Amino acid sequence: MKPARFDYARAGDIADAIRLLGSTDGFNKPLGGGMSLGPMMNLRLAQPDLVVEVRGLDALKTVSDEGDRLVVGAGVTHAAIEDGKVPDTTNGMMRSVAGQIAYRAVRNRGTIGGSIAHADPAADWPTALRALGAEVAIDGPGGARVVPLSEFQLAAFTVALEPADIVTALHVPKLSPGARWGYYKICRKPGEFADSIGTVVHDPDRGYTGVVLGATDGAPLDVPALAEAVRAGKDVEIDDAKAALAAQGATFDDYGNQIHAVALSRAIKGAFAS
Amino acid sequence: MSDTGIGASVLRKEDRRFLAGRGNYVADIAAAGEVALAFVRSPVAHGRIRSIVKPEGAENRVFTADDLDGVEPMRAPSKLPGYKPADFPALAIDKVRFVGETVVACAGATRAEAEDLAQAVEVDYEELAPAVDMLEARKPGAPLVHDAWGDNIALATRTDGDMDSVRARAAHSVTREFRMSRQAMVPMEGRAVLAEWNPRMDQLIVHTATQVPHLIRAGLATFLGLEQRQVRVIAPDVGGGFGLKTYVQPEELVACWYAMKFGRPARWISDRREHLIADANCREHHYIVTAHADEEGKILGLEGEVTVDAGAYSIYPFTNCLEAAMAGGNLPGPYAIEAYGVKTWTVVTNKPPLVPYRGVARPGVAFAMEMLVDAVARTVGREPHEVRMINMVPASAMPYTNIAKKTFDSGDHAGAVAKAVQMIDIEAVRERQARGEPDGRLIGLGFGSYVEQAAHGTSVFASWGVQMVPGYEQAGAKLTPDGGLELRVGVQSHGQGMETTLAQVASEILGIDPENVSVIHGDTGLTPYSTGTYASRSIVMAGGAVSRACKVLVERMQTIGAHLLQCERDEVRVADGRVMGPSGDLPFSEIGRVWYMNPEELPADVDTDGIEAVVGYRPEPDHGTFSYSTHAAVVAVDTDTGAVEVLDYVVVEDCGTMVNPMVVSGQVYGGAAQGIGTALFEESPFDELGQPLASTFADYHLPGAAEVPAFRLAHMVTPSPHTEHGIKGMGEGSTIPTPAVIGNAVNDALRRYGAEVNETPISPRRVLAAISAARGEAA
Repeated sequence: MKPARFDYARAGDIADAIRLLGSTDGFNKPLGGGMSLGPMMNLRLAQPDLVVEVRGLDALKTVSDEGDRLVVGAGVTHAAIEDGKVPDTTNGMMRSVAGQIAYRAVRNRGTIGGSIAHADPAADWPTALRALGAEVAIDGPGGARVVPLSEFQLAAFTVALEPADIVTALHVPKLSPGARWGYYKICRKPGEFADSIGTVVHDPDRGYTGVVLGATDGAPLDVPALAEAVRAGKDVEIDDAKAALAAQGATFDDYGNQIHAVALSRAIKGAFAS
Repeated sequence: MSDTGIGASVLRKEDRRFLAGRGNYVADIAAAGEVALAFVRSPVAHGRIRSIVKPEGAENRVFTADDLDGVEPMRAPSKLPGYKPADFPALAIDKVRFVGETVVACAGATRAEAEDLAQAVEVDYEELAPAVDMLEARKPGAPLVHDAWGDNIALATRTDGDMDSVRARAAHSVTREFRMSRQAMVPMEGRAVLAEWNPRMDQLIVHTATQVPHLIRAGLATFLGLEQRQVRVIAPDVGGGFGLKTYVQPEELVACWYAMKFGRPARWISDRREHLIADANCREHHYIVTAHADEEGKILGLEGEVTVDAGAYSIYPFTNCLEAAMAGGNLPGPYAIEAYGVKTWTVVTNKPPLVPYRGVARPGVAFAMEMLVDAVARTVGREPHEVRMINMVPASAMPYTNIAKKTFDSGDHAGAVAKAVQMIDIEAVRERQARGEPDGRLIGLGFGSYVEQAAHGTSVFASWGVQMVPGYEQAGAKLTPDGGLELRVGVQSHGQGMETTLAQVASEILGIDPENVSVIHGDTGLTPYSTGTYASRSIVMAGGAVSRACKVLVERMQTIGAHLLQCERDEVRVADGRVMGPSGDLPFSEIGRVWYMNPEELPADVDTDGIEAVVGYRPEPDHGTFSYSTHAAVVAVDTDTGAVEVLDYVVVEDCGTMVNPMVVSGQVYGGAAQGIGTALFEESPFDELGQPLASTFADYHLPGAAEVPAFRLAHMVTPSPHTEHGIKGMGEGSTIPTPAVIGNAVNDALRRYGAEVNETPISPRRVLAAISAARGEAA
């Protein structure tokens, strides 16, 4: 279980990283925390020609308050968020989600931007940040841009990044003090990849409600009917969630139907408990 | 008893190096000029090899079966009538029979380079329909794993009982079907080998991670065409075995062949992906069992059909038939049953070979039998522990020969149940169940009991037809010139703590401090022959042999000591590490000095064999020891998600005399944790094409600290009347009932739905499916 031969370069800054990634026509990958790319290379499931290390770039670790949103550098680790080193602008939601990612050793190195760019359906950030209505900042040969997550992740492990693009930051809208959130993850053991993730963010002061289902076979799934129910102050039982998923044409097997509905129902109940 | 002898919880000597990270495993050993091996493995479960194209210029670093001159396919013989041997080639010949089978070997200066070569090899396969499910594979017309056989049945056995009479008297006949899923064995250290040819010794020196170095030596010599004197197998520190490390591996043979052919050492270290895809698996059994019981729940008769999915090949030396033989022989468990009939099938499929894993067949047996007992209890409306107790062989009947002709040596089985009932506090659990949980989860209580034959002797293994029948276990004991002790044993300690416990046995006899005892094991060049460490045999057999050898040393030292102390021999005794006479005493170093350095001071009647002895030992009768135990657990079941949490777990066990109670407890914890793995998490599933679906730890789930409860233990001590010091084997035992205990607890929780789980692991998916099925039936 050793990686295939590859070239390695360490970027000096973001511009350098973009230049290096575009310097050859091969399959070039930026390396952040390496928590997914590392194992995939060792398993030879990924065989990049060039790995450009962006870990350690100061520009990717900055966190800035931009009024209605917090801009979190792509290289900020899950552990930094878990430990409260990033200002809490989501009524504790990001901190709670960060603390549930894999194991501490993974959280120490894994980054928020790496998770979003890798787009594993069972990962936490793609679902949680989508429910928060976050946007992703991208830089690349075509210039810098900011894209809503709902337009960024297209399918499992598939995102709207061009060759030599890198994710530079996440723009996370701040929650109002009265906003409610719920996050319910079903997995076989703490730290394992999720079988289902239900998320709700309800911020009536901003007129925003998002209900998102994660750990499906594809990109995180918005469940608008449940968002409507939350806005209307209705209880969401398991059967309600099943009905909502069925109505929007979601197809899972019996087990998937059940646990996805449970995750959504419990996330919503959790948001409004106490 | 000395305070460091039998019964003392001496801290494990070996932990000093393990806890400091100074263990010395195969991967830590380097040989000058070595190459690393990597393997091209079959991507299909069943296929014919049309062609293999080696990368250009790499012909002398890439090898197929055609290149392995002098290497024979591995054959595991059995004397059982009707047994069909399924030879296991080091590299596939013509056909591949499971995903992960070794097809091509590649040698590189580093493992990465060897993997680069492997990636560049092109193999063309003609895919064949695979036999994946054992029950389908058993049927006529199934795809044939071994073309010449005509079917996929390696062995079928049948034992008829007088069922008609019990059927007629039975108030209830309760039938259930159970399945144990295929799983991996997961030692911390994977398999590993480093082979080199030593011209001076005219010998192949093989460092390999094994439990059974002497058996590996025999196998390697046989399949490589060497004399056994030309093979030395060294098992250095081995990071767990559990049964995985009891067979000769294809990769081992290839490494040895390379070292002999090219005169360069060859290394292969398994990685986790190879381990989870290609290593032998375990546990895959299917049962249909029927209990014929009276109104009280007394089981009069038991019938069983046992099918074992043995995978594609039969492993050397224990064969693929041991599982079914053990299952058939152990199904009646600790119960006194009048009539017993069982049929077994050992079925080959296009999956990796099956080897016995900690508990050997009995976790499956207990899963079937113990859950059947609970089904009987539900049928007659009694508490499951009561039904267990009325069916168990009473203490007053010991020794007792059961319906499967096993002679239990001693013990109070029902007493263990009673103790477990008390410890788990059944009244409190039933009250809690009636009260209901604030979070809506359902509480369930489960019991499981077993009797564990261990240290099976000559007659037992001979009846199983295997080639390697254990006989008299030998141990060497040698007093060194400075009064220390060296013990030499042919077993291997890879987590059992035998460097400590065998020293404690010596301490019991000689009074020597275990700190002054070296236990030398795991090296065919340094130790007496032994079939090795398996079947919970080592502390019974090697421990007994060490005891006997030390007693011989006592006699020899008494003769020399009497002379030096100027008294009669029968006035001398050995204790506290000294030779004591009526008017003085000597340290062992004085005996050592005189024998080795100043033999002019020896008495005329000295035993000329000196202060070193190799002594053989076997308990008589040799049918093995019978440890037993009852476990009880309380679980909470989330009926929305299917998740099961173990809230409480108690173990009451009796393994006779405990050499080191702390080590016994450690073995119980480890075994029960692995049992929880089988019960709730561990599974190696295959799709309909025979593709393995759990090839990394992302998909293969092991229980971790959060999933394993704080086990509560109680020890009962009923010494074996047949063994040295009354020791019974116990290393495997606590894996045995755990899946049944958890299964019974889950079914107790689901009682209100009439739902029953019957398959391991009891995953959320299976729990929900059981509830759903029961609701469907009710509707």
